[in-house]
Amino acid sequence: MFPIREATFLALDVKLLRIEAPRIARRREAGQFVIVRVHEHGERIPLTIADSDVDQGTITIIVQGIGKTTKLINMLETGDVIQDVVGPLGEASEVSLFGTVVVIGGGVGTAIAYPTAVAMKQAGNRVLSIIGAKTKDLIILKEQMQATSDALFVMTDDGSDGTQGFVTQKLVELLQGGEQIDRVLAIGPIPMMSAVADVTRPHGIKTIVSLNPIMVDGTGMCGGCRVTVGGQSRFACVDGPEFDAHDVDFKILAQRNTLYRAQERAALESLEADPAGDLEEIRHCRLEQKHPEVGPQAK
Amino acid sequence: MAEHLPPKERTKIPRQSMPEQDAHERAHNFDEVNLGLEIVVAEKEAQRCLACNDPKCVQGCPVGVKIREFVDLVMDGEYLKAAAKIREDNVLPAVTGRVCPQENQCEGSCILGKRFSPLAIGHLERFVADYEQATGQVGLPDRAPLTGKKVAIVGSGPAGLSCAGDLVLKGHRVTVFEALHEIGGVLLYGIPEFRLPKEIVRNEVDNLSKMGVDFQTNVVVGKTVTVDELLGEEGYDALFIATGAGLPKFMNLPGEHLGGVYSANEFLTRVNLMKAYDSEHYDSPIYDCRDRNVAVIGGGNTAMDAVRSALRLGAKNAFIIYRRSEEEMPARREEVHHAKDEGVQFMNLHNPVEFLGNDDGYLTAVRLIKMELGPEDESGRRKPIPMEGSEFDLPLDVAIIAIGTGANPLVQSTTPDMQTNKWGYIVADEQTLRTTKRGVFAGGDIVSGSATVILAMGAGRTAARSIHDYLITAEW
Ligand SMILES: Cc1cc2nc3c(=O)[nH]c(=O)nc-3n(C[C@H](O)[C@H](O)[C@H](O)COP(=O)(O)OP(=O)(O)OC[C@H]3O[C@@H](n4cnc5c(N)ncnc54)[C@H](O)[C@@H]3O)c2cc1C
Ligand code: FES
Repeated sequence: MFPIREATFLALDVKLLRIEAPRIARRREAGQFVIVRVHEHGERIPLTIADSDVDQGTITIIVQGIGKTTKLINMLETGDVIQDVVGPLGEASEVSLFGTVVVIGGGVGTAIAYPTAVAMKQAGNRVLSIIGAKTKDLIILKEQMQATSDALFVMTDDGSDGTQGFVTQKLVELLQGGEQIDRVLAIGPIPMMSAVADVTRPHGIKTIVSLNPIMVDGTGMCGGCRVTVGGQSRFACVDGPEFDAHDVDFKILAQRNTLYRAQERAALESLEADPAGDLEEIRHCRLEQKHPEVGPQAK
Repeated sequence: MAEHLPPKERTKIPRQSMPEQDAHERAHNFDEVNLGLEIVVAEKEAQRCLACNDPKCVQGCPVGVKIREFVDLVMDGEYLKAAAKIREDNVLPAVTGRVCPQENQCEGSCILGKRFSPLAIGHLERFVADYEQATGQVGLPDRAPLTGKKVAIVGSGPAGLSCAGDLVLKGHRVTVFEALHEIGGVLLYGIPEFRLPKEIVRNEVDNLSKMGVDFQTNVVVGKTVTVDELLGEEGYDALFIATGAGLPKFMNLPGEHLGGVYSANEFLTRVNLMKAYDSEHYDSPIYDCRDRNVAVIGGGNTAMDAVRSALRLGAKNAFIIYRRSEEEMPARREEVHHAKDEGVQFMNLHNPVEFLGNDDGYLTAVRLIKMELGPEDESGRRKPIPMEGSEFDLPLDVAIIAIGTGANPLVQSTTPDMQTNKWGYIVADEQTLRTTKRGVFAGGDIVSGSATVILAMGAGRTAARSIHDYLITAEW
């Protein structure tokens, strides 16, 4: 059982949760993730660890409500309890002194890129960050990214914040302006990561992306998370989640991520029609934890 | 004590058959297939035992269960004593009674089997174990006074569970760390409900909890905590690694990335652990098998479990594609029979060469090649050889690859001073199960490669003995 110590919305449908998980907080490095199962009947989904606090024994995740499970997580509040959290999983980001590093975050991808941006800065890199979203309300972690970057560029599709346009546009501008870029980290929707890879490929700039395939165990046991990288099958949960963008087959990744679309839609519809059952299952755990005498029989 | 019938009379009794759910009905549900023997039937079966002076069945059992003695007790109607007798050597009788390959072990060695059918030892074992469970009088042994020593067990499959049980009785403090959110290893995530109801596994785990074993789920050793940290900061005096052989093998064929191609591990984990078959109550999805063609590649227990699960999920056609002939199939005989009765179609002597898909990235067919059997290979089985030019396409929506598993490197790669062999399995002394790292023992599939529940359980008990010796003598 993993109690939620803090839950606040950062933007529309994007929630930050600070969860008590001391073992994970102690070992976690930038780039790693956890697998979460909200309640007894829930599915297991991967979520990147955005931050951790060893003294408090907490980890922070930032969740965008898209499907049933993420929407359900976004309904949770301080004091609620998550059934299972396991991690830290995956390999940590490769961080060292590269020179100038461009960190690109698209949508909630910014939350995933943020810890690595911090680590890159701490390692002495010059960090240029580009964050983008559809509109102003969906831009997250702007101040935090500002604080950890030598320069921050904000891009929105509608121009309501920063410059109008895609993140790749800014990247192209930087390159055309003669910026000497040593490494790019791009995290966001698949089309964005794929587009960034296309921009940097001709320049031979090492570009890293963090992949988000469907996962089950997160320990290399099922192979459901396999991605095609350099023509080879790799397990994102143990070999990744970060890979060289120029080797990733984004088309296969996008296709595999649609495998359960019909089931996902049905699950989401039933949650939206009536979230009470799911919430009760979670809240019940909270009762049980505070008052052990309220056992399962009270259900 | 009940009198044995004269040997001639005993052999006249036919082997009592196990009642099972009707094949057509059960092919659509996940309830257990075998229903269990009635008391009178069990007693009748027990009477068939020839009561050999030198029982071969006991030698055939990898852990030496005192079969003759427990069968005698069944004849006498002393079912609880019979269960206790089995528990002296086998702590998971309700499990092994259901999943052991008896035909290669106890029953394979039974003298009756030379001229008649062997004694149904597995069914009798299951009978007494279920009887014991139903009465709620599981004779949990007393725990020795606390020794003040702490042991960590990594992995909660049969090896880890049996080791935990023995060590806790010796008075040690035992914590089992499990990567998944539930305890049981393959018994839970691999073997389906219709063959091994999860209730049975849960009962065994509850018994261990009552005996004092501490279970911690959601701990991936090597990630959440390392072996060195467990032995260091966390103060464990010894460690038993029983992480199984959980790494799925793929075939490296073109098209393996296609939607609808699964490893058996993923398919079975979704169905069993995540309960995807009960989509009304559980959120984890599985590819919709209803009215579709599903094929499983492989011929072991895992393949049978996967193909029968697919059938129960509504598959229109469920195939086994196996590159050798039925004779070489490593699956338990009973599972092969059950699968056939349920309507699984066997395509033996076939092997896939490519998975074919559509533009959206979904599987549409598998290209197969016919095989023939050549001379024996190192394994003593006749080697399958592809027949050139015999390729053809089988239309398919789901393909499940069940060609075996390997060693998951998570623990080994973070424990550099513990030796592994060239396949990545942990090297452990055969007698003591000591690894090359002081205080660390290993056993079960992570040492032997994929084997059986009973062997893993046996390894857990051997490890418990040598861990106890080490804790008492402090000698390595
Ligand atoms: C589908 C299937 C059907 C089978 N059918 C039969 C059968 O009918 N009869 C039979 O005798 N045998 C059968 N087997 C084989 C049998 O199940 C195994 O040989 C046996 O379970 C091995 O036991 P184990 O304790 O070594 O490991 P496992 O049962 O594999 O358990 C290992 C446990 O360790 C956990 N783990 C792994 N890595 C870590 C880590 N780093 N940190 C923490 N925990 C970790 C895993 O999650 C798992 O729970 C079958 C196997 C499968 C897959
Ligand atoms: S999620 Fe199962 S192997 Fe990666």
